[in-house]
Amino acid sequence: MKKITKYVIADILRNKIVLAYTVFLWIISFTVFNLENNATKGLLSLLNIVLIIVPLVSIVFATIYVYNSSEFIELLVSQPLQRKKIWISLFAGLAGSLSLAYFVGAGIPILIYALSSTGLIMLLMGLFLSIIFVAIAMLAAVITRDKAKGIGISILLWLYFSLLFDGLVLFILFQFQDYPLEKPMLLLSGLNPIDLGRILILLKMDVSALMGYTGAIFKDFFGTGIGFSIALLVMLVWIFVPVWLSARRFCRKDL
Amino acid sequence: MIFATNVSKRFGKLNALNNVSVNCVKSECIALIGPNGSGKTTLIKCILGMVVPDSGFITFNEKNISHDWTYRKHIGYMPQIGRYPDNMTIGQVLKMMIDIRKDNQQTQLDEELIQSFGLDGLMQKRMCTLSGGTRQKVSASLAFLFNPDVLILDEPTAGLDPVASEILKEKILKEKQKGKLILITSHILSELDDLVTQIIYMQDGHLLFHKKLEDLKQSTGEEKLSKAIANVMLKK
Repeated sequence: MKKITKYVIADILRNKIVLAYTVFLWIISFTVFNLENNATKGLLSLLNIVLIIVPLVSIVFATIYVYNSSEFIELLVSQPLQRKKIWISLFAGLAGSLSLAYFVGAGIPILIYALSSTGLIMLLMGLFLSIIFVAIAMLAAVITRDKAKGIGISILLWLYFSLLFDGLVLFILFQFQDYPLEKPMLLLSGLNPIDLGRILILLKMDVSALMGYTGAIFKDFFGTGIGFSIALLVMLVWIFVPVWLSARRFCRKDL
Repeated sequence: MIFATNVSKRFGKLNALNNVSVNCVKSECIALIGPNGSGKTTLIKCILGMVVPDSGFITFNEKNISHDWTYRKHIGYMPQIGRYPDNMTIGQVLKMMIDIRKDNQQTQLDEELIQSFGLDGLMQKRMCTLSGGTRQKVSASLAFLFNPDVLILDEPTAGLDPVASEILKEKILKEKQKGKLILITSHILSELDDLVTQIIYMQDGHLLFHKKLEDLKQSTGEEKLSKAIANVMLKK
């Protein structure tokens, strides 16, 4: 299993797109931190980039990569290897290299300019989001044989998580504004890893006061050690469930 | 060695395999013959575990293949259309396959085909720049490389030049004498004449017959395999 992961990582690191992604993150992070003297303001600007660009690049790149390595997968399946292991290695290779790209591109500038608990949380959330969206991409890629359809599905999923979901939440809030919705909001936020990441970072920034009463509830919950651990657990669930579902499906797929 | 029992597979509306049962035993060279789309490749892919049958089961050395994936280390497979990662060179592909299969006991590598095909001079070439024939040579070399007990060759000589296909035939004969089980599909029947010992004939996903070559020749009264098969096809 390690061997296959090694080949996947070696192949991806030679890929110019991942290099360009790293350089892009690197340039953005340095620009943002040098524009402002205040590192927290820099982090706030970087937040939106992390929450939008990182999931987008991870999901689209991973989907395309899985489709493009269909030859490689076919070659491996006829060898004495377990299918599940082939799939997990592919995931590990993709998640590993994209996390590495994020760590080098955005993580190192954060560590240099904003070495605080906020910065560390942002670093952690970026890594989580990279891995989660690779996992979701694997699921999208295994569902359909058609490459164009697969990429379409993953872009739609990204759109759902980064835009549509918030719209739905707002809609629910307005429809049921006569009811106390603070507790259900906690639950809803767990249904979207991007939102969860945003909340965890914003809470550390002490701008949660801007979020009103719901913000106070969030602070009450995620501010504690238990709440934070639960949030991390939810993030892990977001990794394992798509990977497990896609691996199950891959094991039964005809190649 | 390989027993398939009532294997069925549907692709949507197409019935690719319909209750196919075959017994393949050691030191036989079996030809899988049938018109295009008769399910030959699907049967081979079922044996390799690349396609999962809807019903029925396949055993390899008395072990059901759906629970046990290690049996594939006894198989060398040459696909009909070899697809390899485009940005790897021939050398890298070979090295990777050796690396992946190395932990098996078979340390003895059979590099005879690599030499006789002259692939050692092309090691630096990328897979995407190769011609169809050279790709076939790589597939063939990979299939024989690990000295497997079973060889499954899907249209091995399609796309090979006469010299190369002669080399490959020689190699197949040599392996057959070592007592290996060899499964070949081909449409060039004249080629199979001096290779095969048994014939499996398939049509529309059905297995029509599985006979010894002599029996087939006797029952049709023909000397050549191609004529015998033509005889069978006309009768249907």
